[in-house]
Amino acid sequence: MADTASETLKRTPLFDLHVELGGKVVPFAGYEMPVQFEGVKAEHLWTREKAGLFDVSHMGPCFLFLKEGLGQPGAHEKISALIERLVPSNIAGLKPGQGRLTVLLNQDGGILDDLIITRMPDPSLEGMLYIVVNGAVKTEDWALIERELGGEAMLQRADDRMLVALQGPEAEAVLAPHFPEAADLSFMRCAYVQRGSEKFMITRSGYTGEDGFELLLPNNEVGLGIVKDLLADERVKPIGLGARDSLRLEAGLCLYGHDMDPSRDPVEAELQWVIQKVRRERADFPGADRILKAISEGPAQKRVGIQPLERAPASEGTEIHIDGQKVGIVTSGGFGPSVDKPIAMGYIRADLTAPGTKIDLMIRGKARPAEVCALPFVTQNYKR
Amino acid sequence: MSTYYTEDHEWIAVEGDIGTVGITKYAAEQLGDVVFVEVPEAGITFTKGDDMAVVESVKAASDVYAPVAGEVVEGNGDLADAPQTVNEDPEGKGWFCKIKISDAAEVSTLMDASAYKAFCEGL
Repeated sequence: MADTASETLKRTPLFDLHVELGGKVVPFAGYEMPVQFEGVKAEHLWTREKAGLFDVSHMGPCFLFLKEGLGQPGAHEKISALIERLVPSNIAGLKPGQGRLTVLLNQDGGILDDLIITRMPDPSLEGMLYIVVNGAVKTEDWALIERELGGEAMLQRADDRMLVALQGPEAEAVLAPHFPEAADLSFMRCAYVQRGSEKFMITRSGYTGEDGFELLLPNNEVGLGIVKDLLADERVKPIGLGARDSLRLEAGLCLYGHDMDPSRDPVEAELQWVIQKVRRERADFPGADRILKAISEGPAQKRVGIQPLERAPASEGTEIHIDGQKVGIVTSGGFGPSVDKPIAMGYIRADLTAPGTKIDLMIRGKARPAEVCALPFVTQNYKR
Repeated sequence: MSTYYTEDHEWIAVEGDIGTVGITKYAAEQLGDVVFVEVPEAGITFTKGDDMAVVESVKAASDVYAPVAGEVVEGNGDLADAPQTVNEDPEGKGWFCKIKISDAAEVSTLMDASAYKAFCEGL
């Protein structure tokens, strides 16, 4: 994405609060976002130990629902059949209140985005899905969805609201006094909570590898009040995008535009698990030919974890060599504060993916020793 | 001993014809938590403005430029295992290397402490 100073940057509803809390604000995905508050390392470690609050309002939350027949029998099957034209996951098979990570595919099976699709929990909202796409490509994603499905379904953007993530081992204890419903949720389940005239979407999800929640809050005093209440808890600190990136990298999670893009299919990205059996059998998703072939024959490259054996971190674009020959490329890299080592992930020739395979990272013209390793770098602590 | 500063936020403390080089407190604060430092080995020569070292933080990798021309007489080997020293004591124990200055006249083109302070405040 072109983050240039000349482009008009948007602000999230929490911008003033970031500034008030001492956040260092930078352009990101078209928004002015806090990259850090007290420091990336401290914020990262705090999130793994206690709880961190992230403003992710720049992302693309939306609701997709049937223009006719909402809440009627068969409505979930109908809306699922529509969205399944664009994604390879079994959306019809979601239980009420259940969500699933999936990918938006182009006709070649390349990844246009990763997204989470959740079936609304209320019977009256059968036929409605809650969808969160990436901020950097939300305009394109929504245009695609409307173009393909707009005849029968309505897409309502919700990116004018506040979307915050509360992540870390203390997240449940912090959130439960405000939303008792949250404590009962397991990973990738949601509650749609009404208080007076306000509605709150709470999903037990996140992108740090820790237990936690994402909250879609109204853009008003009520929403702001909840954010401030959470921050007033001594177990919670505001966390910037810098730590969000190091947390997700340690957790082995892909970042769109870096670890996946339209040139990669879900199989080489090691995301074939998002394609459930029923969809493989039906072979009815975009690029199914290429993707099913890659599943049966194996892809040419695969995404792997990379452990540099020296202190120098490898950044995105670093070439991976063996015996002087290029065999892959780093797509995300940096320093992992919890593992206290540099870490990376990238793509490497499929015959070289065994953990322990010795590779060289070409950092500033010098070959630095590294090994292919399993992902994630830290244990994921989801509440199953 | 006098200390001089560059617009790229290096400092050089000059004693005779030997200069000790590092990055300033301002630079270290901007970088955030330093996780990796690569310092030059003794014997390498630089002209003013050459890439002389690399400092990498949780946020970004940055080149460190030679403030003046010279030959490295010593790199700070302690930084390899303790890169955080650059945050803790950037203008002391966090020095990068010592160089033998080849042209003393180049030093006079750098800023002194009060000029550097004004420069940072203008940023």
